[in-house]
Amino acid sequence: MALTAAKRARLSRNIQYLILVAVVVLVASLANWGQIGHAFFNFGFVVEDSTFLPRLVQAFGNTLLYTALGFILGLAGGVFLALLKLSSVAPYRWISTLYIEVFRGLPALLVFIAFGYGIPTAFPGLRLDTYVTVMLALGLVSAAYIAETIRAGLQAVPAGQMEAARSLGMSHSRAMVTIVIPQALRIVLPPLTNEVILLTKDSSLIYLLGLTASQYELSKFGREALNGTDAGLTPLVVAGVCYLIITVPLSLLSRRFETKTARIKK
Amino acid sequence: MTDAPVGPAIQLTGVTKSFGDNEVLRGISLAVNPGDVVCLIGPSGSGKSTLLRCVNLLETPNSGEIVVNGTVVTDPEVDIDGFRRRVGLVFQHFNLFPHLTVLENCVVSQVKVLKRSRAEAVEVAERNLARVGLSDKAAARPAALSGGQQQRVAIARALSMDPELMLFDEPTSALDPETVGDVLAVMRELADAGMTMLVVTHEMGFAREVADRVVFMDGGVVVEEGPAAQVITAPQNPRTQEFLSRVLDPNHVGLDD
Ligand SMILES: Nc1ncnc2c1ncn2[C@@H]1O[C@H](COP(=O)(O)OP(=O)(O)OP(=O)(O)O)[C@@H](O)[C@H]1O
Ligand SMILES: [Mg+2]
Repeated sequence: MALTAAKRARLSRNIQYLILVAVVVLVASLANWGQIGHAFFNFGFVVEDSTFLPRLVQAFGNTLLYTALGFILGLAGGVFLALLKLSSVAPYRWISTLYIEVFRGLPALLVFIAFGYGIPTAFPGLRLDTYVTVMLALGLVSAAYIAETIRAGLQAVPAGQMEAARSLGMSHSRAMVTIVIPQALRIVLPPLTNEVILLTKDSSLIYLLGLTASQYELSKFGREALNGTDAGLTPLVVAGVCYLIITVPLSLLSRRFETKTARIKK
Repeated sequence: MTDAPVGPAIQLTGVTKSFGDNEVLRGISLAVNPGDVVCLIGPSGSGKSTLLRCVNLLETPNSGEIVVNGTVVTDPEVDIDGFRRRVGLVFQHFNLFPHLTVLENCVVSQVKVLKRSRAEAVEVAERNLARVGLSDKAAARPAALSGGQQQRVAIARALSMDPELMLFDEPTSALDPETVGDVLAVMRELADAGMTMLVVTHEMGFAREVADRVVFMDGGVVVEEGPAAQVITAPQNPRTQEFLSRVLDPNHVGLDD
């Protein structure tokens, strides 16, 4: 029997759908739905504990705040490190490379432990505000990643742009600020948005710095809420959904930036 | 504005430039008088762009002296940025700022470098856009313009700085044939208005009609120079003759090609 190419493609796709449905049905039938409902989707406590929602909102706000603080320092530090890395002065390049390699190479967890325990031990007199510590810990790590992103963006701006600016009498730094960096930022908007997403998730490590209840961010809040309730892991599910509420729109935004820069180029 | 300088607008004496082992300029001496249009012609790789970029200090010569309107630009102590704002440069690939509108392309360096007020800078920019026939494109992005229009904006951008002289590096080589004429017309008007111009070009018609002098370069040296009509229609040097016969008759194919 002779099938046309189109028919064969349709048949093969239908078979793939069937297999997919079979797998989902199999997994679903093996799972214990009663237990899943009890462990993950047990929302009774939200009604019982009237403080849950306000505390959730506070934790949500803290996650946003910590991410924003870290990103501000990370962006400023990242631009600075990228400029050092592209400098004609060799020691500047070495310093920048060393910094970037160290902070990209270390798990963020270790850096946060160093901040939480190392700094108070090393500088006993120093009492940093929690928000300052959060900003430093998140910002110093993300600066290393953002620096590499920005450096690639700066190098993607054609050399003719710098030459045209210089030929009009602009100094190197003036040309950088007015002509090159604005174009580089446009190029790096999509990857930079991804850095914000990573930073949002990294803010869950903030608990290592030692936080008071009102300073909890979503992850710490979710784990603390486990103790107070008989709702299984439901608070963690709530925290997880909150993360997605932040990260999915960012992801969509990143994709919009991508199509936009593609349009400007052509 | 400034005292009229005596002597040439551009004077090169024994200029050399190497990239590694590659000796690109091997002792170039050349003078451009105020108000003159000098066209620089020569085969690909002969060092024309490098010479032009040396005049604007985008490349630093290895030796020799370059004097522009009395300023010794090869002096290590020279104020490079202060000097460059007096010289307009037009690139083969326009190099407009894509993130700025056409008007802003012409305004930005007036405000940032010459410290003109925005109102004054906009007025100057609009005057120069009108001069190149693109008043109606002031609000457009460069990407929305044709190549010929972009190059005219690049000329307006350079003119907005009120330069003492203009350098052009193959301004029409990257253009579709039908837009070349508009750009050459703008350059012709500039020349008629008395602008001092050093133009690297393959447009022999433009060179013959507009240039006061033509300089033929090959292998990093000036092979022949003189009045445009003489160099283009009656070249003396065999290398000039060979080059011109190839450029003027594209169907002519030498045995070594
Ligand atoms: N920045 C650079 N680094 C190394 N070599 C260079 C550089 N710029 C130019 N060169 C070399 O110098 C030589 C002359 O180049 P130049 O661009 O001045 O020639 P040109 O006469 O302008 O040629 P064309 O007509 O193709 O534009 C070439 O061999 C080129 O490879
Ligand atoms: Mg060239």
